[in-house]
Amino acid sequence: MSGTDINLSMEPSYLVSGGNTLWSWLTTHDHKRIAILYALGITFFFFLGGAAAVLVRLELATPAGDLLTAETYNKTFTFHGIVMVWFFLVPSIPTTLGNFLVPMMIGARDMAFPRLNLFSWYLYMAAGLFTIAMLLLGGVDTGWTFYTPFSTMFSNTHVILAAVGVFVVGFSSILTGINILVTVHSLRAKGMLWFRLPLFVWAMYATSIVMVLATPVLAMTLALIALERLAGIGIFDPALGGDPLLFQHFFWFYSHPAVYIMVLPAMGVASELITMGARQKIFGYRFMTWSMLAIAVIGFLVWGHHMFVAGQSMYASMVFSILSFVIAVPSAIKVFNWVGTLYKGHLDFHAPMLYGLGFVGLFMLGGLTGLFLAATALDVNLTDTYFVVSHFHYIMVGGSVMAYLGGIHYWWPKITGRLYSERLAKFAALLMFLGFNLTFFPQYLLGYEGMPRRYHEYLPKYQMLNVLSSAGASILAVSYLLPLAYLGWSLFRGARAGPNPFRATGLEWTTPSPPPAHNFTVPPVVTEGPYEYRP
Amino acid sequence: MTDLARAHLQEQFDQPTQQKQAATLGMWQFLATEVLFFGVLFAAYTACRYRFADGFAEAARHTHVVFGSIETAVLLISSCGAALALRNVELGGRRVAAALLAGTAALGTVFLVLHGVEYASEYREGLVPGLRFDHAGPHARAVELFYCLYFLITGFHSLHVIIGVVLMTVMAVKAWRGRFGPGYATPLENAALYWHFVDIVWIFVYPMIYLVGRASA
Amino acid sequence: MIGFAPPQASSFAPRIDMLFNAMLVLCSIVALGVFVVMIWFCIKYRRGSPAERGQRESSNLTVELSWTLIPFLMFCGLFGWSLYLWDGLRTPPHDASTVYVVGKQWMWKIQHPGGQREIDQLHLPLGVPTRLVMTSQDVIHSFYVPAFRIKQDLLPGRYTQMWFTPTETGTFDLMCAEFCGTDHAAMRGEVVVMRPDDYARWMQSHAQVGLAERGEMLFRRFGCSGCHGSGATVHAPDLDGIYGTTVALTDGSVATVDDRYLHDSIMLPKSQVVAGYAPIMPSYENRIGEEDVLALLAYIKSTQQPGPHPTEPSHERH
Repeated sequence: MSGTDINLSMEPSYLVSGGNTLWSWLTTHDHKRIAILYALGITFFFFLGGAAAVLVRLELATPAGDLLTAETYNKTFTFHGIVMVWFFLVPSIPTTLGNFLVPMMIGARDMAFPRLNLFSWYLYMAAGLFTIAMLLLGGVDTGWTFYTPFSTMFSNTHVILAAVGVFVVGFSSILTGINILVTVHSLRAKGMLWFRLPLFVWAMYATSIVMVLATPVLAMTLALIALERLAGIGIFDPALGGDPLLFQHFFWFYSHPAVYIMVLPAMGVASELITMGARQKIFGYRFMTWSMLAIAVIGFLVWGHHMFVAGQSMYASMVFSILSFVIAVPSAIKVFNWVGTLYKGHLDFHAPMLYGLGFVGLFMLGGLTGLFLAATALDVNLTDTYFVVSHFHYIMVGGSVMAYLGGIHYWWPKITGRLYSERLAKFAALLMFLGFNLTFFPQYLLGYEGMPRRYHEYLPKYQMLNVLSSAGASILAVSYLLPLAYLGWSLFRGARAGPNPFRATGLEWTTPSPPPAHNFTVPPVVTEGPYEYRP
Repeated sequence: MTDLARAHLQEQFDQPTQQKQAATLGMWQFLATEVLFFGVLFAAYTACRYRFADGFAEAARHTHVVFGSIETAVLLISSCGAALALRNVELGGRRVAAALLAGTAALGTVFLVLHGVEYASEYREGLVPGLRFDHAGPHARAVELFYCLYFLITGFHSLHVIIGVVLMTVMAVKAWRGRFGPGYATPLENAALYWHFVDIVWIFVYPMIYLVGRASA
Repeated sequence: MIGFAPPQASSFAPRIDMLFNAMLVLCSIVALGVFVVMIWFCIKYRRGSPAERGQRESSNLTVELSWTLIPFLMFCGLFGWSLYLWDGLRTPPHDASTVYVVGKQWMWKIQHPGGQREIDQLHLPLGVPTRLVMTSQDVIHSFYVPAFRIKQDLLPGRYTQMWFTPTETGTFDLMCAEFCGTDHAAMRGEVVVMRPDDYARWMQSHAQVGLAERGEMLFRRFGCSGCHGSGATVHAPDLDGIYGTTVALTDGSVATVDDRYLHDSIMLPKSQVVAGYAPIMPSYENRIGEEDVLALLAYIKSTQQPGPHPTEPSHERH
């Protein structure tokens, strides 16, 4: 890439320029500072949701419900789901890595709407505080899925508060999505054609389409639940002629695309990690971009696969089933292309690459088990069991969380200007891979054996696998605490990073680490595609 | 590009056209989210109407179609005003545009007042579920459901109208102060876009709520 | 997976397991293949290795199309297989015997047509196709028997159904599989499959007034016969033999008198009034539980109009 030195100015980095007071951070317009603000919130909520998971796994180590009461357990897994889905997984990559990197990767000085960006963060934090207040006031026990009529007429927990919290964070999501879409459309540097964009940017773009179109549906659905609870309007209440299944249609119309909001960014990160780790162009760039867009679009057409046994028409189920199989095709293409990218490369196995490879393997396993669930005849047996729990944790945790951490590690030098301990990072990545599999693989077997989900107590025959899973969870927990420790340590004692410690391609690597406030002293001019690695 | 456009150029943009494109694209996307937001209510209404055709027809006959029709006319005229105001600004006007925008805001307020009168009347007639609902008869449940949806849909819509009135007032003041010109009217364009959207939502609400069941016996 | 599977106790179980195992083998081959190739590439192409690299193309349409179309075709095959099984799962035979299930927080209430009632237990005869007609008293539940490999949600205000043929005697776990509140995990029971002669004995010893007879008693107790009976002075539709017929409603539409119609006529009478009648029937919504509704339905279904009259079992196929 030409002009690699032009942008290595001696301007102060974004961490100091513009002031270092709390106020300067809370009123910043800089997308990089906003990304850091988000990262703080995201990290906090990750560990909060993780604490809930620890409680769940501790309880499930024994068949009897002896650690928590049934009510408390139900509130705990609900809290875990709400926090992890809406306050960690959905925002994580788009608001931290997305906010930081999208402008830089396209050669822009900032996002299209910097003030809207800051406002999104305030919405996120307000919603988060609201949700914590809800927890402290007694929590909610409906499951993150809020099925009616339990949530509207039977639960005596803080459903409305929870709905409000998620409603507000939904708008944070929508505004971030609009910001990313407009930024990518309008602020690409000269020569940064659409098909020269790094796949991470494409992933953010596809994710934002889904965020913008799906989240409003969630917002209104939650508003309807809140109103039904408050005023008994009867849309979902069969006693008043309403239909509880209508809620499920509305809810899953958002929540299925939502899972693609959670995984598309991870796929984008994985493409960056693997190309950098293999020091090669991605194999099949066009297929990779089209498959992400296909996933975003088809994702809106498969929601009924959550409802095969819910009372949905058998013919509707057939349609949703075939579409659910179809959506696995672009994901398969991506897995094969990532593996193809390794072919004839020069592979480095630093921590980011380990996370990237881990992502590909675990995402593939999670995706393959999705096929079982897409088959209606099998889903009848497996739905609402631990098989489903394992399937989505393979994708969300084995996939999205690993990719998120991989991205954090990869771009850590750029974001913070520091290097972390590579040895500890490799160790944590491997420990995470092992801990993860030990936690969640037994859950496939548990589901196959018939253990339903959301069970506070269970039949003794399920204990052995549950103990294995809980043991794995403790290893996994350690493997998450390790990065918190050594990455935090590196902020104070880590070696200073140069502009491009991984010798990666990408406009973000042409700036100092950390970059100055306006990213590029001279606007870049792009003359070639991404991933032009020279051996 | 005019000096006005340059004066408003934010630092992340290189060219005023770029900024204008971005702002407009952002507004269109926001409107797309609003379509989906209202879409859920329309879908709920459709699902319920399919189940309770008779009840919904009866309920709709209790709506104040005269008021609804006047409100429709009011909103359509106000949208026209907003469009003319934008045209006036593009041709270099200032005071006419400001007056038109003030008129738009005023008409929006008229809409809200008329709707408030409707709501008050519905309260008196005992058609407000949760607060005061006295309607009996064979389709009581369906009528109650209809009115829940009615208040939800028109309530959310009115909320958007209030926001629109505030926006239009701000735009009127800005137009008066000469903040817009032929080369720079992006905030006004986008505000007008928002207003037109609010109007279009009403175009769907009006037949759904007021005209159902009136044509048939 | 064989060691982990629950017993195969229904006619569906072996066929579902076959599809599962086939998919397992297929997916394992793919997963293994991908892992092996990945690890092989990681070893062979690690930086500094002497492997020959040369020119690597960055795209190949043939390769891409192959690994697009081959999975797609495999998925179509799996979908077709699943569809075939699904059709069987959703189509009860006409001669299936019916058992009624009402789920409520947090127990299963079973009613046999012969009037036998059980709580958290379901006794069934071996080899007899059985259809469960189910509803919920409160929230959504799900009737799950891992040994049969099937489950079905129970919805309030609706009847859902599920059918199977038990193929093994024994006692099998029944669990609620849709989160339904505090004691969701405790909402468990047993399905007891017995040999036909044992089952007959069990039914005999637990015999009560038959379901339809109980329904007739309720029909009188709740005052239904006051309006719908033959000597009534109130103008109300005659219910004899009405099940399975179609009726014209006041709004001009036509409805089929199935389980759902009858249920709603009792609970939400104003929602569908027969043409020519005034909407004066009171709702029994909070006065009759779902089990009693089922008994009333059994009674109404048992009444006959004079002359041959085929009654179709209702299929919740919508």
